[in-house]
Amino acid sequence: MIPRIYIPADSGALALGAEKVARAIEKELKERGVEAKIVRNGSRGAYFLEPMVEVATAEGRVAYGPVKPSDVKSLFDSGFLKGGHHKRWLGAPDKISFFAKQTRLTFARCGVIDPLSLDSYKSHGGLNGLQNAVAMAPADVVKQVTESGLRGRGGAGFPTGIKWKTVLDTAGAQKYIVCNADEGDSATFADRMIMEGDPFVLIEGMAIAGIATGATKGFVYIRSEYPHAVATMNKAVAIARKAGVLGVNVLGSPNAFDMEIRVGAGAYVCGEETSLLNSLEGKRGVVRAKPPLPAIQGLFGKPTVINNVISLASVPVIMDKGAAYYKDFGMGRSRGTIPIQIAGNVKHGGLFETAFGLTLGEIVDEIGGGTASGRPVKAVQVGGPLGAYFPRALFDTPFDYEEFAKRDGLIGHAGITVFDDSADMLKQARFAMEFCAIESCGKCTPCRIGSTRGVEVLDKVAAGIEAEKNLALVTDLCNTMKFGSLCALGGFTPYPVMSSITHFPEDFKPAPARVAAE
Amino acid sequence: MSMQAASTEIASRTAAIIDEMKGLEGPLLPILHSIQEEFGHVPKDALPVIADGLNLSRAEVHGVVSFYHDFRAKPAGRHVLKLCQAEACQSMGSDAVAGKVKQLLGIDFHETTRDGSVTLEPVYCLGLCACSPSAMLDGEVIGRLDDEKIEEIVAEVCS
Repeated sequence: MIPRIYIPADSGALALGAEKVARAIEKELKERGVEAKIVRNGSRGAYFLEPMVEVATAEGRVAYGPVKPSDVKSLFDSGFLKGGHHKRWLGAPDKISFFAKQTRLTFARCGVIDPLSLDSYKSHGGLNGLQNAVAMAPADVVKQVTESGLRGRGGAGFPTGIKWKTVLDTAGAQKYIVCNADEGDSATFADRMIMEGDPFVLIEGMAIAGIATGATKGFVYIRSEYPHAVATMNKAVAIARKAGVLGVNVLGSPNAFDMEIRVGAGAYVCGEETSLLNSLEGKRGVVRAKPPLPAIQGLFGKPTVINNVISLASVPVIMDKGAAYYKDFGMGRSRGTIPIQIAGNVKHGGLFETAFGLTLGEIVDEIGGGTASGRPVKAVQVGGPLGAYFPRALFDTPFDYEEFAKRDGLIGHAGITVFDDSADMLKQARFAMEFCAIESCGKCTPCRIGSTRGVEVLDKVAAGIEAEKNLALVTDLCNTMKFGSLCALGGFTPYPVMSSITHFPEDFKPAPARVAAE
Repeated sequence: MSMQAASTEIASRTAAIIDEMKGLEGPLLPILHSIQEEFGHVPKDALPVIADGLNLSRAEVHGVVSFYHDFRAKPAGRHVLKLCQAEACQSMGSDAVAGKVKQLLGIDFHETTRDGSVTLEPVYCLGLCACSPSAMLDGEVIGRLDDEKIEEIVAEVCS
């Protein structure tokens, strides 16, 4: 048997030097005259171990990491092609504690298989869900997704099945499935990882959505900051089309479904679903007022399912193993698993898929291992730039849509940014307003003007100018933005701002040093 | 080439792109991406051609081009360096990284060095949040930026 070496081509791994490692391994193989097959897999998501190289041995896969190009010679000397011991030896990937503690449903194959091998996808359970779906009545597919309890993983948490039912029940000669892959929130990379590491699962999920709702055309709108994901998705769509997974007869059934990959153009607000639809139509990415719901009048005015990447990528496992299987994971009204992305100043950063219900403290301290800098954790922002900053005092909050809402936070797309005690929360609050000002689509006044005024007022607070009065003004402004904005950009910017003010009041007091520095 | 010849040249290459992509549903963004790939920016002279080709007003086309951060009105430097300035990178010192890069290159964000070697831009998230601070140089991703890597990047773009 020719040995197989897995070297991730995931962007995160590439950013940490995976390409150089791959080249060093190729060179070493050549010099030693050893034959081996190199597979460029996705990442399993433990970025503190990337580049993580794996070797398939008779006893299963053996991982090494983080591998540097300078390690390659000694890896060969240690007989790593047979799983030999080395200082970078990690053992069987499944036994590494970061992976052993996870429940991988959506990300079951990510980092394991060759992302562009449809055979490999099938041999790991791929296409079972779609096979089941093509044999079912559309309403039954919708019912199964509804019963699974799956909620929109993009952030809003709206039940996926209900969205689908609306589209199924709305008559239309043409309906669309739109996948929102405009993953702009800082601390999130789950969409990117799945598109780079297991693109067929997204294609399968979209095809199921098409069959369930009567839509024959799909679009994946990927942000331009993700060139590697765009390239992989384009290749995967071509392969799926050739294999008959997409086309006029999906898997030989009478159902037609095809899709296109579209690239965004650097506008954060296009992650908002109606703004994304406008962008796909070739317009300015301006938010639309709702109603009408996209499910009734969406892309080009037609009934449209618009779902996040992870929502759609979670559908195949639900259609394969059943609604009950998926629903059994989780807590309360948050069912199934959630890929938590642990990021920022953290020791063990990466993607951790698990059932809902872990506490924030368990995620940050136990799984994340605390800060990378070794200093105490001061704040964690959950849910991206529009999410609240939580202090240690709220670390007992379980990871659940409702539990976070109860504490004036949100889980959003499940990204967590850890900050150590050097963080200045006034600066973070100001950034939230500044970011909103940069990215506002300009349609509604509270967002367009409120964010700019917010920056100015917070600058006054920082300068020690009537701090108390100006903080009251910020609070009032946040109230206006929260209730007066059309979409979540203006509406949720108050979360990071107000949580900073509420939980870290000491950072907003006029400090002599701060005044002097101005 | 005279100005008029240049503008005719832009018009004909733009028209060819439009012809090729016009059949797409919602073709404007893909067309603009192709034009930027072709010319390195979206030339002003291309806008009326797009408007004609897609039966839009020039104002509509201008509105779309100017809405999106990606579309450039003038060509970038030979290299484009994007530094992530979003929260996860902030928590790992992206401010200091930006400060150092700006100082070494002698330019601010949204500027190009005088010799045209590099354009510096902020970016709000590259999805490399577990290996912050991060950057993108000509489409290639770089994580865990430190002084050594910054100096390497600056040396590469200035060479």
